[in-house]
Amino acid sequence: MNHLGATVLSAVFNLNHPAHTVDWSFIHLSVANVVVIGLMLLAFLLALVLPFPGAERRRGGRS
Amino acid sequence: MSFLRPEDHTKPWTGRYYPYDLVKELFIAVGVIALLAVLLTVLLSSPDEKPSTIAQWSQQKPADFVTAAVKELDGASGTAEYGPPYNHSSKSVQHFLLLHPQRWLGVSHPIDTERDFVVGPLETIPNDAALTAALTQYKAAPEKQKKEWAEAYAKPLEETATAEEEKKTPPATVSESNGAVTVKLSGDAGPVPVMMSSLLALAKSGGVDGSLLTSRQFFQTDYTKPLLFMADGGLLGERAEEQHLLGKQWGLMNETGSYPGQPWLWLYALWYQVEPMKSSPNADIQVLLIMSVLSLAFICIPFIPGVNMLPRKIPIYKLIWKEHYRESGGA
Amino acid sequence: MSSLATPPPVEPASQHSWTVKVREAGVAALPPHKLLPDGQPTYVASWIYMFGVASIASLVVIIASGSILALKGPGWWHYTGIGHFFNSIHLWSVELFFFAMVVHLWGKYWMAAWRGGRSRVWMTGAVTFLVAVPCALTGYVSQQNFDAQWIATQAKDSMNSIGVGAFFNLTNFGQMYSWHILLLPTAVVLLVGAHVLLVRKHGVVPPFELEQRRAALATTAGEQS
Repeated sequence: MNHLGATVLSAVFNLNHPAHTVDWSFIHLSVANVVVIGLMLLAFLLALVLPFPGAERRRGGRS
Repeated sequence: MSFLRPEDHTKPWTGRYYPYDLVKELFIAVGVIALLAVLLTVLLSSPDEKPSTIAQWSQQKPADFVTAAVKELDGASGTAEYGPPYNHSSKSVQHFLLLHPQRWLGVSHPIDTERDFVVGPLETIPNDAALTAALTQYKAAPEKQKKEWAEAYAKPLEETATAEEEKKTPPATVSESNGAVTVKLSGDAGPVPVMMSSLLALAKSGGVDGSLLTSRQFFQTDYTKPLLFMADGGLLGERAEEQHLLGKQWGLMNETGSYPGQPWLWLYALWYQVEPMKSSPNADIQVLLIMSVLSLAFICIPFIPGVNMLPRKIPIYKLIWKEHYRESGGA
Repeated sequence: MSSLATPPPVEPASQHSWTVKVREAGVAALPPHKLLPDGQPTYVASWIYMFGVASIASLVVIIASGSILALKGPGWWHYTGIGHFFNSIHLWSVELFFFAMVVHLWGKYWMAAWRGGRSRVWMTGAVTFLVAVPCALTGYVSQQNFDAQWIATQAKDSMNSIGVGAFFNLTNFGQMYSWHILLLPTAVVLLVGAHVLLVRKHGVVPPFELEQRRAALATTAGEQS
């Protein structure tokens, strides 16, 4: 792979530096992991509350 | 209703259906996930910290290298004292009550650290009369003599390593100059100093990396020996601490750099931080047994009283099926 | 007239045919309209239902990217940009797989989706998750970088403590790579397959009856008796 290709394919954000951590009592989690867990909880919550498309079709559905 | 299975009023659905294209849904899902993966790749890429080698270890930390090497010779290293599956020692053998699976499964990957990590690689060095004489003297000596020689060389190195760990001023018995290590011996070390300085030179050239990998056969994919040798020293642990990968740093959940790691291992990591596992020499078997029980319970949730009834008691389901309840008026 | 229009008559002897037995059992358990239904019950009306198919989609991307990495061998991604690109896709699709699978699990738990004879659906799903964890572990120790060195030398102590290290050597790259690209993905795919077929067989679990409706039905039944 030539140098130009390698440059084109390198990341927009560089995460290759020591992680920041979230520390609480004996719990030490990396910020990245906390973000992932937070996003999972958010995704679950949004999935529960956001309306699901196709309500009209379901009202006119067949038995 | 039995003790294991609560009341279950679930009947087969006899209500209405609506058109739903499962195959199209799958294609759309694959497209969305692929796009997300590409987006994350373009934004964040992935980590690739270069591996450590024995050559690097011996060049960057020569005193640490010879400290580990003399312990391998002496049978006092982590690997030498480990126990099964590498040897018949016992320092790292874990058990829980009557369960001794590590001992029961036996030595399946034998490693003789004196032979495999020191004498064997040294024997590959050609045309070194001083080394050949040293090896001949060493191999001919009784075990007790070998131990005394190794101890005389190891003692100042261990005292220096301990002082550095405790952040105290080390005694001036070990010095490094131009990559070579000079040890003020605590007694007669016989041929050991010659063997150690030869091994250090071989390691710096990459010869120990190669020797440990191809010692059994030409084609090799088993990195057990070079990895165990390196793990007996301080380089891997030092790098791991910088990357927040140590156990006390919840490292088993982490990735190098600032990348997300394995958040799904949170419960597994948590047990290592609480007593009695935290300070137990049998922490690994204890935590794995806890996780095995919990995993079995996870599989059997449908049958666990209380746990299987919680979804009925905490009505999150009313959000999931809100449209159904609204449209059917509960009917 | 096409000779394929009607199947040949089954002779009495071929009732012992394993092929016939397997075919009839398969069709009985999953007739075509159940295997690939073109409709879903009207209560399938929540985004939470998307996380199952998102898990499967992630698995597809994992296998596709993993196959490309396998085409060029385990060292390729270290020294080419395009190899590193596919390694990144593989890593992020694994993160998405676990993300989707766990949210799917949360949803299914709060629906008590094991009801109505669906306990095997739950159990195959749980085992899939538990098998995916060592599948990921074997991947991490196959990276041939510092992360792989550290994980292998640390996790080996856990494996050794329960005796598993005697035949499952995390520091043996060849063995770990083989488990990672063949044995464990095959197990995951078979488990996901069983899980999905069981969902098709039993249908998506219906909603809980609301207490007031059950009470009303009970009252009506009492009045009628």
